[in-house]
Parts: sequence; C-alpha cells; structure tokens
Amino acid sequence: MIKIKKDKLLIDQHDKNGFWGKFGGNFIPETLKKPVEDLTILFEKLRKDKKFIKERDYYFQNWVGAPTPFVKLENLTDHLGGAQIWTKIVSEAKGGAHKIYNATVHCLIAKRAGKKYIVGDTGAGYAGKMLSMAAKKFGLKCKIFMGAKDIKRQKPNCDAIRANGAEIIPVYTGSQTLVDAVSECMRYWVSNCLTTAMCVGSTVGPNIFVKICGWSTSQISRELMLQIKEEFGEVPKKLKLINCVGGGSSSFGFWNEFMHYNKKQVEFIGVEAGGPKKSKRHAAPLTYGSKIGILHGAAQYVNQNRDGQIEETESISAGLDYPGVSPLHCFLKDTNRARYTAASDEEALNAYQLVTGFENLNPSLEPSHAFAEAIKIAPKLSRDIIICVNSCGDAIKDRDILKQRLGKYK
Amino acid sequence: MISSQISLAFKKCKKEKRPALLTYTVAGDNTKKKSLEILNSISNHADICEIGFPHNTPIADGGQIQTSSYRAIKNGIKMQHVFEIVKMFKKNKNQKPVILMGYFNMIFQYGENKFLKKCKNVGVDGLIVVDLPWPDNKTFSKKCKKFSITFVQLLSPTTSISRMKKIVRDSHDMMYFISTLSTTGGKLKALPKEILKNYNKIKKIDKSKNLVIGFGITSKNISAFKTADGCVVGSEICNKISLSLKKKQNPVINVSNMVKKLKKKII
Ligand SMILES: Cc1ncc(COP(=O)(O)O)c(C=O)c1O
Repeated sequence: MIKIKKDKLLIDQHDKNGFWGKFGGNFIPETLKKPVEDLTILFEKLRKDKKFIKERDYYFQNWVGAPTPFVKLENLTDHLGGAQIWTKIVSEAKGGAHKIYNATVHCLIAKRAGKKYIVGDTGAGYAGKMLSMAAKKFGLKCKIFMGAKDIKRQKPNCDAIRANGAEIIPVYTGSQTLVDAVSECMRYWVSNCLTTAMCVGSTVGPNIFVKICGWSTSQISRELMLQIKEEFGEVPKKLKLINCVGGGSSSFGFWNEFMHYNKKQVEFIGVEAGGPKKSKRHAAPLTYGSKIGILHGAAQYVNQNRDGQIEETESISAGLDYPGVSPLHCFLKDTNRARYTAASDEEALNAYQLVTGFENLNPSLEPSHAFAEAIKIAPKLSRDIIICVNSCGDAIKDRDILKQRLGKYK
Repeated sequence: MISSQISLAFKKCKKEKRPALLTYTVAGDNTKKKSLEILNSISNHADICEIGFPHNTPIADGGQIQTSSYRAIKNGIKMQHVFEIVKMFKKNKNQKPVILMGYFNMIFQYGENKFLKKCKNVGVDGLIVVDLPWPDNKTFSKKCKKFSITFVQLLSPTTSISRMKKIVRDSHDMMYFISTLSTTGGKLKALPKEILKNYNKIKKIDKSKNLVIGFGITSKNISAFKTADGCVVGSEICNKISLSLKKKQNPVINVSNMVKKLKKKII
C-alpha cells in the first residue's frame, strides 16, 4: 500500500509519469505535450525563484488580502452544545472565494511566459470571476468557459466576469455544467496553446495543473497554521478540518500544512455534494465509491457508466457539481489520511439557514455542505474538540437559488 | 513477418502513385445500422476506414465530430455495438483495413487485454488513442504489437525534432501527423506547403513508415496533399451526415458521393 511521505509536499509525491499512486498522470493529446512541458519547466523554476515568491506574497498580502479571518462561531457552538466550531472566512479574500489564489498564480506565470491571453473554466463562476480579475490586474486578455446551465444559475458572478472585461463562452454540450466547461476550455487550448495560457479552475486536469493549483491554495493553511498557534498556543490535541470538495482545491489548500500531523490529532473531512435527496446523480465520487477512470487528462475516481462514458451529476451547488475529483484527494482517500462524506442539497440548505441565523456569516452553497457535516457531528463531540470549517465562498452568487428555495435571501 | 492489411493498403496506393484515402466516421452515427451502411458504401472508394468509438468528454474533438459522437451515444451505442459494427463490416467483400479511434478511458474500462483480444477477434487492424501520447503509451503500444494491431502514434506541429525521432523509432507501420494546431475539424492555419514541410521532416526520419496527414483536410484542400502517404477526412464527412439528417436526406448516399469525389481529387 502506498503511503504519504513525510519529507516532501504531497503535490511533489508523484512518479516520473505524473501519478500519485494510481491517480493523476497526463492523458493529453500530443499537441498539448509541449505546452504542458513548457509550463512544467517554468513553474518548477519559478517556485524556487525568491523574486517570484516575493511577488506572489506581495499580491497575496496587498491585493488578495492576507490573512483571511479565523474566528469562533460562538452562537452556533452554544446552540449545538458540543465541539467548538470555528471558521476560516476565506470568502473575505478578494472577489469572495479561494479561487483567487490559483488565478493570481496562473496570471503571474503567464506573464513570465510572455503570454497575452489566458483562458479558464468555471462552474460556480468564482474561478472565472477571479481569473478575469487577475487577468485585468496583470494585463492579460481573458476568456471564460462556462456551462449554459451555470450561466443561468450564477448570474452575479457572470456579471462580475463581464465587468472585468472578460468574455464568457457559453458551453451547450452535455449537462451544460462545469464538466463540459473544462472540456471545452481544454479543446480551446489545444487550438491556441502557442499564444494562450490556460488556468484549470481546481486541483484537476493534467499533473502540472493539479500541482500549480494545490501550491497556490496552500496559502490558506499557511495562514491557518499561524492563526491556530496564536489562538491556542499549539495545534490542538483534537482538530477537525472540514471542507467541501468539488474539484478539491479549497480543501487541499486548507489541509496542506497539516498533512504530516497524525490523523488522530488533525482529522481531514471532505464533504462532497450528494445532490437532491432522492437523486442518484450525486457529485460525490469519493463517498459513493465510484470507479477509477480518466477525466480531463487525469486518472481519478469518477462517476461513469460501464463503458466509460462520464455521467451527469446534479447538485444545487454549481461549484461542487462535477463527476470527478482531484487525484490528490483520491490519493488522500486511499492512504486513509482524509475521510470523505456527502451532504445532500437539503442538508446544505438547512445548514445555510442555521449558520446565517446564528452568525454574521454568509457561506455560499459550497461551504454550506461543509457546515452541514460540522452541524451533524458537533453535538456528539466534547467541548475541547476544535472543528474548523473553511467558509470558502460568499453566498451573494447564490442569491437567486436561495430566494427560490427558501423564499428569501438573508 | 507478414505485412499488415494497413501496410498492404499503402503499398497498393503507392503503386497507383496516389495517397491513401482514409475516412473517419463515428460508430453508431446516427444508428448502428446506418453507420454500417455508410462504411459499406464508402469502402468502395476509401482505402482505410477509421472508426471512432464515441466518448462524451472528448478533449480534442471539434464541433462536427462531437455532434456525431453525442448523436451516437444518445442513440444508445455501446462499446459492444462498436465491435459488432466492425465485425459485420469485415464480412463485406469490399472490406478495408479498420482503425479504431477514441479516448483511453473506454479502453481502460474494458480492460486493456480484453479490449485488444476483442479487437483482434472482430478484425480491427489499428488503434488511435487520442489522449495516450508517447511515452505514456509505451506499454500499451507494445501490447498492441503482440496482438498484431498497429498502434498509430500521433505527431503534431508542437512536437520537437528530438521528440519526433523517439516517437518515430517507437512507432509501428503507420503514423499520423496532425496538420495544424487545432481540434479536429478546424481550419488549416498554415498553407499546405508549410504543412508538407513539417510532414517531410518527419518522413525524413524514417521513410519506411507510412505517415498520414489529418485534421482540417476537406474536399477543398485535399488535392494539395497528393504527395503524402495518406490523407484523413473526418469532420467534413461527419458534417455531411448531420446536414443529411437535417434535410431528411439519406446520409448513406450523400456520404458515399462525397467520398467518391474526394478520391477523384487525389488520383
Ligand atoms: C466557493 C466555492 N467553494 C468550493 C468550490 C469547489 O471547488 P474546490 O473543491 O476546487 O474548492 C467552488 C468551485 O467553484 C467554489 O466556488
């Protein structure tokens, strides 16, 4: 059985073919071999370059806004009467979600590569919004690929993308959601790879995209580690880090710095989208034991039929509505480092109501899935146990869905 | 060693001093029966038939081929039907070498060995796997060889010379040059002369290996590629099927006429 090594970052624990155990790799058309190799060489160089790191930190600090707050949810904790519930409000980062870290880094790399254009995929619209923001900041022209269904249900983010001067390319194939947007974006890159950089919106895609994204979002746990040590003096004896998992970028970034702690001390809990209560079209490949397959250039657990056709998913949360999941999380599941579970649409909505009822916090539907799990387990746990939920997105984008489902927004 | 059907097809074309004509259609487009009829009728003119096994998240196909693939999947086409189509096509007296083309997940789910055994049984001559580039395909292409199936390596305008050499060295009796930086069905972004210059770079590495050109080849430009070992036409054919269905015409007749015309342009 494959184990996590202690002396290396998880993103670097792949073999020479790009596999973390059975997961990952580079299942790409020949045309993309060269651009992927160029990007790999450049990224490996830049991450060792002190000037580049300084530049990244400068923008994270002064533009994105670091650190994002780490606070205790006193009322929710008292109401549930069990473990302490804390949250890191990552949605306070510029633009309202963690997607800003990956977007910023990709734009910085694209500048170094001399590219003038950048393209990206988006589901909830946050990856697109952040890429359009960073592209504008760094003087790159930007196109965002987005499923037609998501364009309808995440209008506030679409407005923001357009206001930043980026073009939204609607994708009408398949389920018209994130999975189709990523495919279309990759196809666009095949045709335009000489002039255009591509940003994959999560820790998915060919090996190097998983690495760049995981490296970028790790900023979240770098901040959290300091905040936790400041608050408690040390890493608590029992800490549970709960995060929603779509592609897996926020969760990976939330956990990375704590990777080598014993899981009895720091437990990782990933919450996937279970979809509507009675639906079989969940977006939770890790929770429901989907088979390993290849999607968007990487081997991973993915919802598919016997033939290998990727299956459509259904979730109230556009950001989690994806049939596959990061190879890093497949690896964390198989090595038993993280535990994965799912919350249904209804559970996420209930969690949203409870959290917003008790606290001055407005988590989007994605982190509401994570809160659902916290709410479920907290009452059974003692007060000395610390639960921390990554509140990685702001619910403004979900205004229309929340109004429709709950009759009101806030 | 006995020559493969694929090699024999190229030999025959060389004797006739013309490139081989390769067609690409999607198995099951728009039904299992119709796609077999299309194959049977175009094999009067084509030299090698590429048959796509459709996948619903293709990362290198343009609009026309995607449309064909989604149509086939929607009509219920499964891997098992793809093999049935090949098997029946191979019973036709006019049968031509068959190259299956698709994405690796379908092979992975079937099981590599089981897939190759099945290919052999139904008479598949070659395989193109779009998302299994060199060197990641080394093990699989060796397996293909064991089953006497040609694994067709792809080369693209972004492939460096040093990489080209290694790919050519590891390739079997046929290779595929992607004409232009594009998904299938895109417009040619360079003049045929430029494309042929790149083509000849690869050809020079090993003249004994058959090298075909594909992506963006249509009846409008195919005659410019007469010096190649072979030309692949895919999207234009898939589009013809789409148009025929839209106009409620018989795609079999329309496609067959189109392929006949394509052939005329390269003799
Ligand atoms: C706010 C928010 N959270 C979570 C996700 C899920 O993605 P990931 O698992 O990569 O964090 C998204 C994706 O769009 C998102 O917008």
